[in-house]
Amino acid sequence: MTSLELDDVTLTLGGRAVLAGVTLAIGAREFVGVLGPNGAGKTTLMRGILGLVPASRGTIRVLGKPAARGNPSVGYMPQTRNAAGALRLSGWDFVARVCDGHRLGLPFLDEAGRREVDWALEMVGGRDLARRPLSELSGGERQRLLLAQALIGRPRLLLLDEPLISLDPHHQRAVVDLVKSLQVELGITVLFSTHELNPLLGAIDRVLYLGRGQAALGTVDEVITGPVLSRLYGSEIDVVHLNGRIFVMSGEHDLERHEHRHDA
Amino acid sequence: MIWNVTSTATMLDYDFMRNAFMAATIVAVVAGLAGYFLVLRGQTFAGHALSHVGFTGATAAILLGVTPLSGLILVTIAGGVGMGLLGDRLQNRDVAIGIVLSLALGLGLLFLHFFVAYATQATALLFGNVLAVDTDTIWVLLGLGIVCVVALAIISRPLLFASLQPELAEAKGVSLRLFSVLFLAIVALATAECVQIVGVLLVFSLMVGPAAAAQQLTSSIAKGLAISVALALAEAWLGITLAFYTDWPTSFWITALSAAIYLAASGVRAGLGRRPVGPMAN
Repeated sequence: MTSLELDDVTLTLGGRAVLAGVTLAIGAREFVGVLGPNGAGKTTLMRGILGLVPASRGTIRVLGKPAARGNPSVGYMPQTRNAAGALRLSGWDFVARVCDGHRLGLPFLDEAGRREVDWALEMVGGRDLARRPLSELSGGERQRLLLAQALIGRPRLLLLDEPLISLDPHHQRAVVDLVKSLQVELGITVLFSTHELNPLLGAIDRVLYLGRGQAALGTVDEVITGPVLSRLYGSEIDVVHLNGRIFVMSGEHDLERHEHRHDA
Repeated sequence: MIWNVTSTATMLDYDFMRNAFMAATIVAVVAGLAGYFLVLRGQTFAGHALSHVGFTGATAAILLGVTPLSGLILVTIAGGVGMGLLGDRLQNRDVAIGIVLSLALGLGLLFLHFFVAYATQATALLFGNVLAVDTDTIWVLLGLGIVCVVALAIISRPLLFASLQPELAEAKGVSLRLFSVLFLAIVALATAECVQIVGVLLVFSLMVGPAAAAQQLTSSIAKGLAISVALALAEAWLGITLAFYTDWPTSFWITALSAAIYLAASGVRAGLGRRPVGPMAN
């Protein structure tokens, strides 16, 4: 069964078509890296899948059903890191908020809810973070809590928006390895957006590259090529392979590095 | 200690003291709970702003010949709902907000100006006068307090989710705007309650001080709520007691205790260093 189907989808943000007539299908248990320059629509695509941005044309189907808010089968790790990081709230309490968080009532969890939180923390190797306050955690540790939150409800499709941002290469690798092991162990589909392709090499099954309203989906060798990327960027792009790493260059600039620095 | 059992008994022999303690108890519970969420959401300024706007309502009510409390409640709720609806658009609008707040106080002053006979009401509204609370007011405070606490209990789960992880909450079907509006309406009621004790200018001390101190002391939500209420109660009760024995204003003592407790809590925090604090809840 396909996890995600886009049929001629146009997503509009502030009057601009971020995606224009995109059609694609992502199968079950696929690990897909979502790449593209700033403003290419990586976040908007995820918000479309979550039902937060309605398609102005076409249909988005998630696990066989039309995209809609509150789908428990979709886990999400948003890119905007909110102010909660400054709070002295325990990691456990932070993750626990997601458990039935949409239901009215007191915020205390029953036995099943507590087990779910413990399980999610266990899955991300975050049991030692349970008692520690958010304000004392490192970026990588907070990232693991956000991932644990995304796992609450046992999703079959996991959307991770820029989990590598502002992490050093060592922690980037750790996050990719963790997500890969979760994806394999839980047998779920993962969409993982990032500015940098290299940390994902070896982990992802396919790449979804977005640019100028268009999308290219395929293996790294199929998509990360001069002609495909030149079409998506609308300018001459060279792809350079060096020691197992791939560099996307426009003239003399390494585009991914440039984008990353731009964002940070 | 000279204040032994007999002197406490003396203090509670007075009707106005019993009323003051009852009113303070109700308001402290409401302020401690609402304040905890306010601090957690980083909206402490909202409480401060609502009380200023409430001053206009209370003075307008005096001018119209109805109870100040009714005007206060009506206008703070309208203000809370308005702020909730405006949401993010209020961010980084410090100047605009400041001007509106000054205007609110200025209008209140103008309304009072028309009724010179009520000049003493100005001080009571601005700085509170818990020793003048009558039995009728206590019943109103109790009713409003129950509404606040019950409403908070009902929305607390999605409110916490929306406060701590808004993007994810939205994706899971929580309406951020709805809960923002509901919460600020509750805060508006809580503010109107606090005004009866410490006045519009000092609402911060009762609503934010105990909650902020509580969040320094524990990393658990359940314990944080309990500590916040306990500190608010301690500050209110102790403030009234100290006022009785010193003849200094209650509101002064409450602000002093609020500041002292917050400083002490921050000190405790700093003393604990980077060690994890507080066992997990649930």
